[in-house]
Amino acid sequence: MGIIKTDKLVFEYIRRDEDGNVEGINRAVDEVTLDIKQGDFIAVLGHNGSGKSTLAKHMNAILCPTEGTIWVDGRDTREEDEVWNIRQTAGMVFQNPDNQIIGQVVEEDVGFGPENMGVPTKEIWERVEESLKAVGMYEFRKYSPNKLSGGQKQRVSIAGVLAMHPKCIVLDEPTAMLDPNGRKDVIRAIRALNDVENVTVILITHYMEEIIHADKVFVMDEGKIAMQGTPKEIFSQVEALKALRLDVPQVTLLAYELQKKGIALPDSILSIEEFTKEVMHYYEQKGRKA
Amino acid sequence: MLRDITLGQYYQTESVIHRLDPRVKLAGTVIFIISLFCFDKGWGYIGAAIFLAIVIKLSKVPFKFMIKGMRSIMFILMITVVFNLFLTPGEVVVSFWKLQITKEGIRIAAFMVIRLAMLLIGSSVMTLTTTPNNLTDGMEKAMRPLKVLRLPVHEIAMMMSIALRFIPILMEETDKIMKAQLARGADFESGNIFKKAKAMVPLLVPLFISAFRRANDLAMAMEARCYRGGNGRTKMKPLVYKKRDAIAYLVLFAYLAGSIAVDKLLW
Repeated sequence: MGIIKTDKLVFEYIRRDEDGNVEGINRAVDEVTLDIKQGDFIAVLGHNGSGKSTLAKHMNAILCPTEGTIWVDGRDTREEDEVWNIRQTAGMVFQNPDNQIIGQVVEEDVGFGPENMGVPTKEIWERVEESLKAVGMYEFRKYSPNKLSGGQKQRVSIAGVLAMHPKCIVLDEPTAMLDPNGRKDVIRAIRALNDVENVTVILITHYMEEIIHADKVFVMDEGKIAMQGTPKEIFSQVEALKALRLDVPQVTLLAYELQKKGIALPDSILSIEEFTKEVMHYYEQKGRKA
Repeated sequence: MLRDITLGQYYQTESVIHRLDPRVKLAGTVIFIISLFCFDKGWGYIGAAIFLAIVIKLSKVPFKFMIKGMRSIMFILMITVVFNLFLTPGEVVVSFWKLQITKEGIRIAAFMVIRLAMLLIGSSVMTLTTTPNNLTDGMEKAMRPLKVLRLPVHEIAMMMSIALRFIPILMEETDKIMKAQLARGADFESGNIFKKAKAMVPLLVPLFISAFRRANDLAMAMEARCYRGGNGRTKMKPLVYKKRDAIAYLVLFAYLAGSIAVDKLLW
């Protein structure tokens, strides 16, 4: 069993009118079954309202399933005694950088998690130092969070989770409110966590560029898992993605359109370098034939 | 407008007063305020003024900076003066129309001004030399005995520090909403006070909604990071008394006893 495993997970939002009568039921997550291996980089993709954030909140025991079960590191999130252990195992980073920083100084914010866990003072300092270094924010440890850019704040939030020494980090659209540069820095920090510290990363996003490096991608639509596989497998199905209102990366789309025009390129090209290489290769071959 | 108030602001510099434990500074402020209300002759105030002057000198905060923040409070000070001056019964000195100024009135008004001014300066010395964080930490620890009375000490301190963290964010947000509403033709400037108050509604409603949304997000983020109240929590920066804090306590009590003695014995 992997670090996170779900079995026919269902979650329903119940809408009520002013008198508390049930007006309607929204099935945000619908019979999701998945199994995530320790150390993997997982991306969850989907357009707005596809249920990906709701799914993410289950991994941290913020929401409890309506039906089905979710195990985090072998613990059932419905068991009340396990809630704090689960939150320690699976840290969570949210979308809005301003609304998740508690401390008034960067280092104090990073220390907030370990403080709550009751870690001794000396060890808190060690953890704060190492997690700030891991996300490249150590020089800013004495700054006020208000003086940082969005990307920097988000990296501080990641450090704050990292200081709790989780086995797994769930990031719920961490780059949605950032500019392109901030986005790049945050993604680089996340990848470093996965490569260097071997933390399981679950990245929820709707930016295609961010999932290229994932080990496995889940595409969600209307609460269900619509597609799953490696990024290459996912991106080779351009039409299916379009039907789910998702865009493929520009370069992949370009390759796909060229393919349709009869230029024989391989499926699912993900990077510009790969694309140039393949195009060069194609024309070299063509030249040789002629 | 809001930025001009120095009361409750921190002034960054290195000084003995800055380095003192926040609990000492809290106790000092309380003792100073108590002493101000114990005096009933002029001598005590001279002692208090000298003490305050020495502390300000030690804190290295420019006196001008302190005074600047008090301008907005001058108004309240004036009101108390006027009321005391005209409404105290006693031996009449000047009288015109229905109003009369009495000897007792002058005395009480003068004392009141001195008291309030020193009280304000004294407490702003504390806030100017202590970071808000340190201050809430100090309060939490100083009020710990009140836990016996079921007072949620840790929660109050946490609320204060979160409020302080969100002040600049909400100010920025107010500014943004104001500009957005101005762009839609809102008018915050003209009209009488009622009209102006009414014009604030389209500013306050979105601000409140966004503040609640932020609060909701923050609560979730705190829970996700294992926050479960003060129990079993350790401190990253625990407060520990040092030698200088003990000395400061001695000085404080010496001041309290000395100034009251001077006030009662001299005439």
